[in-house]
Amino acid sequence: MNAFEFISRYGGQILELTGEHLYMSAIAILLAIVIGVPLAVFMTRNPKIAVTIQTIINTVQTIPTISLLLIIMIFLGLGYSTAIVALVLYSLLPIVQNTYAGLENVDKSMIEAGTGMGMTRLQLLTYVKLPLALPIILAGVRIAAVVAVGSATIATFVGAGGLGEMIMRGISTTDDQKILAGAIPAAVLVVVVDMLIGKIEKRASYRVNTARTNK
Amino acid sequence: MISFHSVEMRINDVSIIQKLDLQIKAGELFVLIGPSGCGKTTTMKMINRLIEPTSGRIEINGEDVSLADPVELRRNIGYVIQQIALFPHMTIGQNVSLVPRLKKADQAQYEKKVDELLDMVGLDPKVFKNRYPAELSGGQQQRVGVIRAMAADPPIILMDEPFSALDPISREQLQDEFVRLQKTIKKTIVFVTHDMDEAIKISDRICLMNNGAVVQVDSPEKLLQRPANSFVADFIGIKRLKGAQERQAVSSAKKATLPRWSIS
Repeated sequence: MNAFEFISRYGGQILELTGEHLYMSAIAILLAIVIGVPLAVFMTRNPKIAVTIQTIINTVQTIPTISLLLIIMIFLGLGYSTAIVALVLYSLLPIVQNTYAGLENVDKSMIEAGTGMGMTRLQLLTYVKLPLALPIILAGVRIAAVVAVGSATIATFVGAGGLGEMIMRGISTTDDQKILAGAIPAAVLVVVVDMLIGKIEKRASYRVNTARTNK
Repeated sequence: MISFHSVEMRINDVSIIQKLDLQIKAGELFVLIGPSGCGKTTTMKMINRLIEPTSGRIEINGEDVSLADPVELRRNIGYVIQQIALFPHMTIGQNVSLVPRLKKADQAQYEKKVDELLDMVGLDPKVFKNRYPAELSGGQQQRVGVIRAMAADPPIILMDEPFSALDPISREQLQDEFVRLQKTIKKTIVFVTHDMDEAIKISDRICLMNNGAVVQVDSPEKLLQRPANSFVADFIGIKRLKGAQERQAVSSAKKATLPRWSIS
């Protein structure tokens, strides 16, 4: 079977699996942002608990992907939700860490000016801290996205599909074409996602960085 | 009017401010000056409750500030800091209109005010309103920093060494502009500096502090002519004192040599 025949036969399937792959990673990243950013804000306000949370998130990161999947599977069974929870746990670390670092490193004089002008704590966060930390937060999201899209190939072990399924089928039938048909799109996806978020990050950091270099 | 009644401030057992009694009159430009660590900035920050005194009472127009809501209090007191701290992600217009926006003021009204203020410091609103702080020079940024404190028309403005980060030429220029500005707006301004020349040039009254206590409060002329003690004299510096005394001598000498036939 040459490449052309292969694509005409499996093209539809590859597209479908790519869709699943993206769906899982996108939901996982969104959830990780929704959980991670408020968690980091909470950590900046409670420095004592911050260390504990940081340690827990770091520990999760050291668990191998497959074991983590299986542990979650015990509770959630097979399917998307198990895969998504695992991906969320993995993407949480860079998002929480970067948001926390970004918020903590906002120039103290900015905070003093904001407070002195009569901002409430919430206004200080939304008007000053988050916008100024945005480039660093986005850098975290970028790493999280790469990690999530990359590890989503493993979701096939809990029956969640994705491009990993094609790779697994190839491995079990010793069919190199199928392995590549799964691996190449998965790799391309990672590169594309990385580039896209990188562009957004660059735009966001433009103002803040020009301000810094001018000082 | 701002008044301090036996205000004390200590951190652990270290006394930062000792029994401070001060009266700052409405509409005057009051300069707090002293060597670093003398408590001048702390004194200023206690007015808008960025720092809380350990004991004593601070009143604005007879009302105890410790009973006021700090957020509301600060929105009615302008605040300018040394680092300027314009928000880099907001345009000049957004920076200046920040306090009116926080107060949910009428947009048309504050937009007009922003234009007026920009005009007042010689920045054309058409050119500068939509620029970002990074596109402005240091002197321009600090002008924006000063008018940002005035946007909500607060009766009181606190300024913490606003001109000290500038080069000598723009500093002089801004001081001149500032004196002119104050003549028209007549706000109560509390101005912290460590630069005696600046204090003499701009102030109505100077309060010289050392080790958390007031050493002398007087108009610049009186401070120069009659320093209360050797610390004051040292701080003012021999050169400025001599200059002031010579000027005084010259003016009294002039009086003495008036010709007899003059109509006095």
